[in-house]
Amino acid sequence: MREKELPTTTVLLPETRRGPGSPGGWSRRDFIKGVIASSVTVSGLSYFGAGCAAPLPAQAGGVERLLSLRVNGQARRVDVAPNETLANTLRYKLGLTGTKLGCNRAECGACTVLVDDVNLYACSTLTHRVRDREITTVEGLADADGSLHPVQQAFIDELGPQCGFCTPGQVMSAVALLRANPDPTREEARSAMSGNLCRCGAYDHYLNGVMRAAREV
Amino acid sequence: MPDLIGRDFTPPDVRAKVTGEAMYAEDFRRDGMLFCRLLKSPMPHARVHGVDARRALAMDGVVAILTPEDVPTQEEPGNNILTYEPHFVGEPIVAVAAVDEQTAQDAIDAIELDLEPRTFCVDPLESLRPEGPDARRAGNVLAEGGVSSHKWTEEDFSSVAEGRMPTGEPTMQWSYGDLTAGFDEAELILDESFVTASNAHHSMEPRTCFAYWENGKCFVHGSAQSQAFTHPGLARYIGVEPENLVFVAEFCGGGFGSKGSAYPEMSIPAHMARKTGRPVLMRVSRAEEYYLGRARCGFQGRIRLGFRVDGKVTSCDLYIVQDNGPNSGFGDLGSAADAVSLVYTPEAMRFRGVRVLTNTPPRSAQRGPGQNQIACAVEPLLDKAAAELGLDRVAIRRVNAPDSETPYGDDRGAITSAHLREALDAGAQRFGWTERRGRSGERNGSKVRGVGVGQAYHSAGSSGFDGLVRITPDGILHIHTGVGNLGTYSYAATARAAAEALGYAWDNCVIHRGDSREHVPWNLGQFGSNTSFTMTRTNWAAAMDAARKLRQIASIRLGGSADDYELRDETVVHRARAGVRMSFAQAARWAMEMGGPYSGQNLPGDINDMTRRSAEALAGTGLLGVARDDRVDATVPALAAGFVEIELDTETGRVEILDYLGVADCGTVLHPQGLAAQVRGGAVMGFGMALTERHVYDPRWGLPGAVGLHRAKPPSYLDVPSEMDWDAVDIADPDNPVGAKGVGEPLMGCAAAAVLCAVSDALGGHYFNRNPVVTDMIVNAAARRRQSTRPLATNTQ
Repeated sequence: MREKELPTTTVLLPETRRGPGSPGGWSRRDFIKGVIASSVTVSGLSYFGAGCAAPLPAQAGGVERLLSLRVNGQARRVDVAPNETLANTLRYKLGLTGTKLGCNRAECGACTVLVDDVNLYACSTLTHRVRDREITTVEGLADADGSLHPVQQAFIDELGPQCGFCTPGQVMSAVALLRANPDPTREEARSAMSGNLCRCGAYDHYLNGVMRAAREV
Repeated sequence: MPDLIGRDFTPPDVRAKVTGEAMYAEDFRRDGMLFCRLLKSPMPHARVHGVDARRALAMDGVVAILTPEDVPTQEEPGNNILTYEPHFVGEPIVAVAAVDEQTAQDAIDAIELDLEPRTFCVDPLESLRPEGPDARRAGNVLAEGGVSSHKWTEEDFSSVAEGRMPTGEPTMQWSYGDLTAGFDEAELILDESFVTASNAHHSMEPRTCFAYWENGKCFVHGSAQSQAFTHPGLARYIGVEPENLVFVAEFCGGGFGSKGSAYPEMSIPAHMARKTGRPVLMRVSRAEEYYLGRARCGFQGRIRLGFRVDGKVTSCDLYIVQDNGPNSGFGDLGSAADAVSLVYTPEAMRFRGVRVLTNTPPRSAQRGPGQNQIACAVEPLLDKAAAELGLDRVAIRRVNAPDSETPYGDDRGAITSAHLREALDAGAQRFGWTERRGRSGERNGSKVRGVGVGQAYHSAGSSGFDGLVRITPDGILHIHTGVGNLGTYSYAATARAAAEALGYAWDNCVIHRGDSREHVPWNLGQFGSNTSFTMTRTNWAAAMDAARKLRQIASIRLGGSADDYELRDETVVHRARAGVRMSFAQAARWAMEMGGPYSGQNLPGDINDMTRRSAEALAGTGLLGVARDDRVDATVPALAAGFVEIELDTETGRVEILDYLGVADCGTVLHPQGLAAQVRGGAVMGFGMALTERHVYDPRWGLPGAVGLHRAKPPSYLDVPSEMDWDAVDIADPDNPVGAKGVGEPLMGCAAAAVLCAVSDALGGHYFNRNPVVTDMIVNAAARRRQSTRPLATNTQ
């Protein structure tokens, strides 16, 4: 069944953007009157406050500054805004898209990178905070000749990845673990990897990969 | 002859996943690209009277606004692209493109909406009350003929206070057998009400999308489970001829049913790119995934089961009210009923149901849609019956288990093969069921042991799609597949059927996929556990066509008849005179010289237009095998049994899963390592379904509460055992050339059901009338307190 037609919606655009035949536009006063008569007005997404449909709150901008970062053993010069996350710098300014954004709020671990051998969520790390540190992404693990890091090879051998979206983060957490503890127990590995979610549920296979890599590192 | 079936191999795309080279939709860039953000409804149902975008569009860097007038209107109650009448919180109203994402979001925030709140509903049962709210202006249920108003009487609801599900007038029903006679002869009759929750898919990759136009063609990089199957629907959403759409979906960061076919949001960047003349990337946030990212349908139901003294189910009377979301939703309830007819083989059965609309996220399939919910509701009931009849819990399942002759569904149709009893037997032995069940109820302080067994079903295969293979003059076999890449590696495992059929060494094969420009044939999507069955058949059919052509070319060029030749070591060899032979590479060259059907200049008349376009593009480049697979009339069942041991803390309600074994009936095992990953991964999803995952809404405002991974609670490393076991019955299906069937979905349902059964077992056989069984429900049950949930309420507890 077709639902009955509703009155048309008025869309107000700036003068310069209006095409021929578009409505003449409301005055602010008319607009407010209309609102009182008919319903509520919602400005953007703030009507119900936080926790509703709004994404992360808009952050104040700021002037980009030229930084020199150490990424995968190379010095990379890049303009970075004060509120810019490392994940965004890597993905959108340095072309390193292996670092994935799964949640952008420190819940899933898909964006995990190493900063001085410690695994961090790049989505929740400000780039300015790591300017003097050694940053390693998933692209920086294999040798120049293409031979893979033992964790990467072990994840292939154990068929760790399913959809693969969380895999770069899983790889980085495993590498961080083995640098700190080259001979972990399976329980230690499980704890160390627990900041990386995998909806495909490949935890068992990733742990097999970590333990295999530990034998080979 | 190679022996590729049942052997492990390294799938060609796995290396790119561990190196970060795998390109998902958000990883593509193009000069001049814009970022697009969505203005979404803050209300569960509203009417937009005005959109004041003057301030937003005057901002520096803002390029364009896309309104519902700019995009095709969808047939109601289909999912919209953009709309002035949003039916769920987070439904997109307009989109804005700007030079960077922050500017786009700032512009979205600067738009003023004139919104009128409308009546909304978040609990299906409430909507069925005489004066209950309707989710849409046209009504509250989706039935044949569309949306209409459907209410039950006050009298119908009189049982609710005692927690008994009312069963008013249904909008769909079927039955077979003599229901009354079955209940009359039953030794035991159980009559239980149940609630199963809706939950999110949580695909790790949000449904981000990137699009641009070039020379009249639209290029879309999307997040999709399916390649070919997505194409025509996406072309329709965009408003472009399918041949002018280039669709790239080489990698998909998880779908679980939510990205099975084209979805309207995927077309927004394409519309915006058409309007602005620039490439557009629309990143979808994690929060947005909980609004527009689809969800599983929840059930409010009632089931009456009659059992003979030996545990055999005589009659089953099933009623399901389905939470269908606001739009077209999915047919979970009918699938649930069909599953009951097969897994428990009742001699008589009646199914009744209603699909009720709610102003909650749009529904789609989620791994085992319907089958897995009903497994969660019914499996613990079998345990209850077993306890009352003094039977073992595996034994009561064996008594009712289907075999290959069991009829299916209301039309009592044929199935291809079923070996659930073998799965139960193999599992019970491997798991040590008899020994472990002795630990039921063992206490250690506040902790108590439970063991459980669960079963689940999903159909697992289709037929009648097109296969396309090509042998090039370098002797390489190119397997073109349009199936999609969900992460199961079955696109590759099924491509090996073509290599197997032609006797090819796997190293001499190349798979073409993931991009329209790879010239893929028309294939079914990668969903519904169908790929292993469907695509082995399809690839086999194309390979058989190539094999026939190889022998024909040999007979024309080397003499004799085609039947005189056989294929051996990538060579066509005369059976009687081994010296008369030609390599496949030579055959490809001759095919190109001879033209006609051999190199794809003449094509079969029954193939799909997409296959025809792909084959025409490849014509003349080698020997083409192209064929449409025959039809199989019977249902292909995938069945699975799960065994679990848990320890439950009666003080905290925490359930620790100590050990798990999943056993698959998926015909011949194609790819053991891939199957192992599915058995275990499916179990992990099942644990979440059983214990933690559910959508929750504020009943007053209809706002979602389970937004964000930490609130919606998919399992982490620490929620599941660090090692899990798997097995398969490995009995060939007779309707598949290599014996294979799919199995992805029941692997989740059997694990969820097994955990629920184990929790009940640890609590002395307590039957929870809802799931997930969350911690406070366990604490209350252990303390014999009343549950805090309102009887039968869903979404609001």
